[in-house]
Amino acid sequence: MSLNRLNLNKITTLSIWIILIAVIIAAPTILPVFRLNLLGRYLSLAIVALGVDLIWGFTGLLSLGQGIFFALGGYCAAMYLQITSSSEFPNNIPEFFALYGVNNLPFFWEPFKSPLFTLIAIWLVPALIAGMLGFLVFRNRIKGVYFSILTQAALLVFFNLFNGQQKLINGTNGLKTDVTQLFGQMVGSESIQRLFFWITAILVIAAWFFSKWVVKGRFGNILIGIRDDEPRVRFTGYNPVIFKTIIFSIAGGLAGISGALYTVQSGIVSPQFMTVPFSIEMVIWVAVGGRGTLLGAILGAVFINYAKSLVSEALPASWMFIQGGLFILVVTALPEGVLGWMKGDGPRNLLQRFGFKRKIETYPSLEVNNKEEN
Amino acid sequence: MELLLDILFNGVAIGSVLLVAALGLAIVFGLMGVINLAHGELMMVGAYTTYVTQLVFKLPLLKPYYNSYLIISIFLAFIVSGVVGIILEKTIIRKLYGSPLETLLATWGVSLILQQFVRSVPLAYGAGLIISLVLALFIPTLFPLKIKDSINVKYYNLSAWIISAFSGVLTASWISSSISRLSRPDSRNVDVTAPAWMRGQIEILGTNFPKTRLIIILITLISVIAITLFLNQSAWGLRIRAVTQNRQMSDCLGISTEKVDILTFGIGSGLAGVAGVAVSLLGSVGPNVGGNYIVGCFMVVVLGGVGNLLGTIIASFGIGIMTDLIGAGRLLTIWPQMPLPLATTIDFFATTSMARVMIFTLIVIFLQFKPTGLFPQKGRMVEN
Amino acid sequence: MNNKSLLNLIDITVSFEGFLALNKLNLNLLKGELRAVIGPNGAGKTTFLDVITGKVKPTKGEVIFKGKSLIGRKEHKIARLGVGRKFQSPRIFENLTVKENLEISVTTPKSPLNLINKKIKNDQLDEIERLMKIVNLSQRVNSKAGSLSHGQKQWLEIAMLVGQKPDLMLVDEPVAGLTDEETDLTADLLKSLSGENTVVVIDHDMEFIRRLESNVSVLNQGTVLCEGTMETIQKDKKVIDVYLGRPED
Repeated sequence: MSLNRLNLNKITTLSIWIILIAVIIAAPTILPVFRLNLLGRYLSLAIVALGVDLIWGFTGLLSLGQGIFFALGGYCAAMYLQITSSSEFPNNIPEFFALYGVNNLPFFWEPFKSPLFTLIAIWLVPALIAGMLGFLVFRNRIKGVYFSILTQAALLVFFNLFNGQQKLINGTNGLKTDVTQLFGQMVGSESIQRLFFWITAILVIAAWFFSKWVVKGRFGNILIGIRDDEPRVRFTGYNPVIFKTIIFSIAGGLAGISGALYTVQSGIVSPQFMTVPFSIEMVIWVAVGGRGTLLGAILGAVFINYAKSLVSEALPASWMFIQGGLFILVVTALPEGVLGWMKGDGPRNLLQRFGFKRKIETYPSLEVNNKEEN
Repeated sequence: MELLLDILFNGVAIGSVLLVAALGLAIVFGLMGVINLAHGELMMVGAYTTYVTQLVFKLPLLKPYYNSYLIISIFLAFIVSGVVGIILEKTIIRKLYGSPLETLLATWGVSLILQQFVRSVPLAYGAGLIISLVLALFIPTLFPLKIKDSINVKYYNLSAWIISAFSGVLTASWISSSISRLSRPDSRNVDVTAPAWMRGQIEILGTNFPKTRLIIILITLISVIAITLFLNQSAWGLRIRAVTQNRQMSDCLGISTEKVDILTFGIGSGLAGVAGVAVSLLGSVGPNVGGNYIVGCFMVVVLGGVGNLLGTIIASFGIGIMTDLIGAGRLLTIWPQMPLPLATTIDFFATTSMARVMIFTLIVIFLQFKPTGLFPQKGRMVEN
Repeated sequence: MNNKSLLNLIDITVSFEGFLALNKLNLNLLKGELRAVIGPNGAGKTTFLDVITGKVKPTKGEVIFKGKSLIGRKEHKIARLGVGRKFQSPRIFENLTVKENLEISVTTPKSPLNLINKKIKNDQLDEIERLMKIVNLSQRVNSKAGSLSHGQKQWLEIAMLVGQKPDLMLVDEPVAGLTDEETDLTADLLKSLSGENTVVVIDHDMEFIRRLESNVSVLNQGTVLCEGTMETIQKDKKVIDVYLGRPED
């Protein structure tokens, strides 16, 4: 029986993957550019969702501040694009500086002239900051809801910090990327956007493999152990602080990559990436998809955001109701998420409710005995 | 001296808003372990209640009593937010006791729905709905025991529901016909104007203080005293504390934990409504009004130490005074000759939003040394 | 101090807001010893374990383990020094399989780098095999630990404790909720572990303690009331008064 179940799960997972990859391959030819761009954005959000699944689904840390790292990645990418496209502006610095009478590039912009540095910074800066923040919090055994509240407070701190700094990073207006140049073309142009779609698709799959590699084996088991019974892990000789810091840092890095991809596809990064609702939404993508399943995080991010854009186009007012209902529903009725429900007893129970009888599970030995009697 | 008084007053004024807002949260979080992210929206409900009450008191019938509308709206806001909270508890929160992270997510969903509700439903209908709900909850408690035990109870319940629904529809149509502003959905911010006797300033010790601020301080003071007396002196307060300490034992001793849960959550939510009245006096009221306070409230609760009322009070006033000190750049006024780098730094943080940055950072640093807040809970049960 | 002394608790006092959970407790354990600790509810048995494992910091006093002070060390550092603990109700990782549970316990070094990088060592795999045989769980290798029976969970946790290879094993009520047969097997298992390891067993079950044939320390009101073999303590007047009760009662 359990073997049967296992196969069923494998078939489900495999077919979802086949559909996902088929959609990714078919999308550029089927979808108009506008929709393709949307799909690309939502796929990039799947990467931050993978990070949320790692820290929440596996390790039990509910962060409401992933927007910080998401935005940091976005800012890193946008700073590079702005600075390399600023040759025709006064002082050879991005245009917005002139508005505030700034003539010299702030020092922290300098390294972003290098593409290599930028590619590293996109994930390393958020990862380092996540690691630092995480270490300070975990060291004091702040966990559970206190951790969630503190991450939310941190989010607000970063939001206000970025929102107020016109002279350094254009404050509340954010940094535009769609009018900047890359490889001699506008970033907002169709060919570059198509390129970014492919990069995003590949990175989503790479991020999935990476996350899978992190959680499989003993390292992942320790994460699950920390989620289920942290003191026990400690008494077994492991230091949960280090494990939590590492995984939080990894999630931060993933958020950074995600934010950079999202920025270049949406054309702007702004402190709006660090608002409270957006970071909580990330959690619901994972919750709906199924926490602790990784694949569920990807599906949740893509489907919910796609649904959001479709519903918002048709009935703008109703999305908030639907989203609110989704939060309540997934917590009270579907705690395992859709994928968890499918992998568990969900479909069987549903069939049973419609009158399909369920095979009664027996011990293998009993079945053997039955045959002997016959 | 004058400056010191100024700082103290402003700090206390800011702190008292925080305190009255955090009070309900502290109760719900401290006593029930529920993270209510919809607390801000319950405040919003209170603020809108004030707004509707104000408009109703402008009608010819009630015009003579207009000056007292604010006092009445405090009670109304308490009841309205309390009832919304009770319904929340009965439908959602009840299923989630013991898993605070889940309550956090579910109540966030509730907050989204409440926000959108005031945007897309006319306030007159909202008022009607509230009237129905209040009556539907209230009427069955009036039934004598004999009826409650009889088999005909469902007919009584049904009639109670019909009466409630009918009153609701009546209220809604009355309000929407007499106050046209409330008959359309309106997502813009609205303004609550204080009655004339509350406007202007009052002079204490040679300094002028705005009256509305004083009234907010008064509302806070009364709320704190009332809740302290209720928790420490009343029979139900004792039951609430008993359930907090040991739920199973209380159950065995015949305390209805279900009633206690409803009561606690209702009171916490009602206090949010009172906070909403206070907030409506400070600025315009909109669907997002509560969201501005929620994180600050949680900071107060965490800083003060969960489940400790005194800690909550000290933390709110501490944060209030710090906000004024940093946000208004007071240190520069106190010490004008300070070295330039320091002065620039202080200047950098001398706005409301940057003061927030500074204060949250200070709180996180503080929690490095005292992870459980100012007044931690002690004992061997804490770990579990 | 005695050379063979492994653990020495000196004048340990733990106070929770004025309530003395432990009051000047002194206890000395020799290497290879099997020691039973009994006492009425609230005598401070669990706090006593909490102090040794670093969960609770004593208000006063000193804990010396292998010549080093344990006071102020973090729980995982103490565990790595060689103190293992089994909890009162079985605390295993229910969402992991039996094998994964044991992997967590036998793995050394317990650093993230080692866990993510390398495959589990062969000798550690052998150790897991051996442990599963000892506690009779070989059939359930890949079952979720949460699906085991209560007794199996208790044994899995004991196996995890042994897998940690601690010098000192602290075992809190290992037979709570076990059948008589399982209790006997557990007693034999613990007896066989002592000698090579030092074992402290905490329990109420008198029959079980008697079967251990070990020295017994009686705890009462946070301090050691009396120490000796089962026969001696059963005759001790103080012990009879507070704990065992007079036969004619």
